[in-house]
Amino acid sequence: MKKISTILILSLLFFAACSSGDDGGETNGGNETESFDRSAMLAHWADDVIVPAFQNFNQSTSELKSATDAFVANPNADDFATLRIRFRKAYINFQHVSMFEIGKAEELNYRNFLNTYPANTANIQIKIASGSFNLELPSSFAQQGFPAMDFLLYGLAENDAAILEFYTSGENVENYRSYLLAVAERIDSLTAEVTESWTGNYRTTFVKNTSSSSTGSVDRFTNDYVMYFEKFLRSGKIGYPAGVFSGTPSAVNVESLYAGNLSKELYLEALNAFSNFFEGKGFDSNPNGKSYKQYLQYLDSMKDGQDLAALISSQFSAAKNQANSLNSNLKEQVESDNSVMLAAYDELQKATVLLKLDMMQALSISVDYVDSDGD
Amino acid sequence: MNSKRSKYLNSYTEAAPLAVFRLLFGLMMFASIVRFWWNGWIEKLYILPKFHFSYYGFEWVKPLGNFTYLIFTICGIAALFVAAGYKYRLAIITFFLSFTYIELMDKTTYLNHYYFISVLSFLMIFLPAGAYFSIDAINDPKKGFQKIPCWCVDSIKLMLGIVYFYAGLAKINSDWLFRAMPLKIWLPSKYDLPFLGDLMQQEWVHYAFSWSGMLYDLSIPFLLLWKRTRLFAFALVVIFHVLTRVLFPIGMFPYIMIVSAMIFFSPQFHHKILKKLADWFKIDISIFDNNRRYFLKPKTRKILTGIISVFFVIQLLFPWRYLLYPGELFWTEEGFRFSWRVMLMEKAGYAQFKIVDGKTGKRFYVDNSDFLTPFQEKQMSFQPDFILEYAHYLANHFKKDGHQNIEVYVENYVALNGRASDPYISPKTNLLNFTDSFKHKTFILPFKDEIKGL
Repeated sequence: MKKISTILILSLLFFAACSSGDDGGETNGGNETESFDRSAMLAHWADDVIVPAFQNFNQSTSELKSATDAFVANPNADDFATLRIRFRKAYINFQHVSMFEIGKAEELNYRNFLNTYPANTANIQIKIASGSFNLELPSSFAQQGFPAMDFLLYGLAENDAAILEFYTSGENVENYRSYLLAVAERIDSLTAEVTESWTGNYRTTFVKNTSSSSTGSVDRFTNDYVMYFEKFLRSGKIGYPAGVFSGTPSAVNVESLYAGNLSKELYLEALNAFSNFFEGKGFDSNPNGKSYKQYLQYLDSMKDGQDLAALISSQFSAAKNQANSLNSNLKEQVESDNSVMLAAYDELQKATVLLKLDMMQALSISVDYVDSDGD
Repeated sequence: MNSKRSKYLNSYTEAAPLAVFRLLFGLMMFASIVRFWWNGWIEKLYILPKFHFSYYGFEWVKPLGNFTYLIFTICGIAALFVAAGYKYRLAIITFFLSFTYIELMDKTTYLNHYYFISVLSFLMIFLPAGAYFSIDAINDPKKGFQKIPCWCVDSIKLMLGIVYFYAGLAKINSDWLFRAMPLKIWLPSKYDLPFLGDLMQQEWVHYAFSWSGMLYDLSIPFLLLWKRTRLFAFALVVIFHVLTRVLFPIGMFPYIMIVSAMIFFSPQFHHKILKKLADWFKIDISIFDNNRRYFLKPKTRKILTGIISVFFVIQLLFPWRYLLYPGELFWTEEGFRFSWRVMLMEKAGYAQFKIVDGKTGKRFYVDNSDFLTPFQEKQMSFQPDFILEYAHYLANHFKKDGHQNIEVYVENYVALNGRASDPYISPKTNLLNFTDSFKHKTFILPFKDEIKGL
């Protein structure tokens, strides 16, 4: 009896000691030469990609805001052209941060506020006509952000002169100006808030949380990263316009519907940003580091399976190559020959399987924090 | 032979081990129900999903909306009654029925552990576990028995022995022993465990865990049976299950197994436990020690031992049913469940369903998250019976939406034990041409590799 209770007590103590690591605890794990250094990976993600990408994007949102400011103060064709250039630049830079919906961005519903498309143009016009609106409501996702600006800058009328008139001499001129400005300001203020949290405390929280549990940074980030690829890159940019889910191609679902030949550029930019992140490339001229590719290579080195990291890389290349045959205006592509869109979808689909199935399995990360018991 | 048999059936032992088992089993089950509720899993697993995956033949067992909580309440109270030995027979029958109902509601949540609980509680219906150290025995001394037939305690031991031994047999395969799969995937991800994290990165550790896990499962029933190795074996039981608890998310199961293994100890040991408990609760334990024997009329005994024999024959044979199916068991999963195949596979899938109008050829894909929870989608995407059931559900759904000439196809990939993902279900098969049955599912594409062993 004594012996047995000793065994039980000792094991409980051992168990208590071991399981403290369960609850998202912080360890400096991975300093050994043997194991993969996850904190170095997290630091690379934060310091060489996420933070600089946000700073860069925030720079362009602030330029977008000042260009809007200048335009609405004195609407004229020159400032309108400048504003459009700023808009395109900011929208492109946004493709480098959209996948990082974690921390402050997740809390704010950042991506939904900045890029829910198609824009609800009827509601936008109702709000402009009434002059009263609250862009902070979740119900207003589709009435702001880049899709709303896209509509306000390119979609109000058939030609540029007629669009400009909405801000110079049309009905409700003041309301158009103030709505445009409110949209630009909100893009900028939300971005500033997310950027500040990354340059502030969140970076440390993120990098230090090397826990292997489902609340650890690697687990949570990977879920978000893969989900972004499936839902926003594959389905959003290509799948929905191509009618993959509805059976009927639907050009109105194209990103940047009104700006014309911007849509393919946004798609390619997002694809590049996503694959660069996978490969461990630093944003812009920032240094390269460890990312999923290196992590998979480390794990693969112990496996007799195929080189998964290389398979994924080459699938990204295949998707990019296929994109060469896309019209620079995806709306026109959908309307003229949707089969090219479907071909693009097929390439993205293959990559989705590799990411969501093979990569997640190799990393032993479960999809979407299913927290029930296992066998 | 016959005299040996009747001698065994007529031999008696102390009722204390079975009473301790009943008490701890009931408490553990109560704790499990509370934990399940506390974690919000009743709502998440049984209330929120729009659709539930049923076991073949049990389609009528469904969650009952908010009354599902009532089932859990009944189950929890029954567990407490079992622990206390209050109206024992009614309590254990209620527990068995309510617990099994819960498990049958949605096969997404299937776990061998839950099946183990159902099987064990079924067995306990036929055992006099409420005869000693129970409220029943206090209330009605006629129901109290200090001694019960040996086979009553031994059948629990046999059940535990089957679980371990079959779990061990299932590990005799090339993936487990010669590729150290799936431990080679699972262990490195535990890099942040204190003391063990770095060890988990070593390949030899993966092999050591695989081989010792197999040997442990095969030998532990015998080590527990033999008096001289019993204490050592129990230490192994504790270490093994604590380790699995630390490494994997397996809930209450390790504790249940540790507690269950105590039944192998001598009656004296159990008397000491009960004495301690009696002191705490100020119960006069001597009232149970009435020296009475639990005597069954020959006819009743015949029926009881008959039921239990049939039960064990089924238990021994059922796990082998997979031999009746062609193809690799791990790939097709035909005959995989209810066979003590625990922790053998790291398997995941990706399933994209396509609804086609057979006349016009118009097609569209299904967004699984419109219909399934992430957990259901995960389980569905690599199990053929789930895929088939879901296909029929989708067809019904879209028929109601006004679609016509519906055909359902799936583009499905599955990755098993670290192999690269491969197509799983024939993408050219209209799944509506098939209905679920125990027959082999011909729409499963063949496994491209080979796993040798049992």
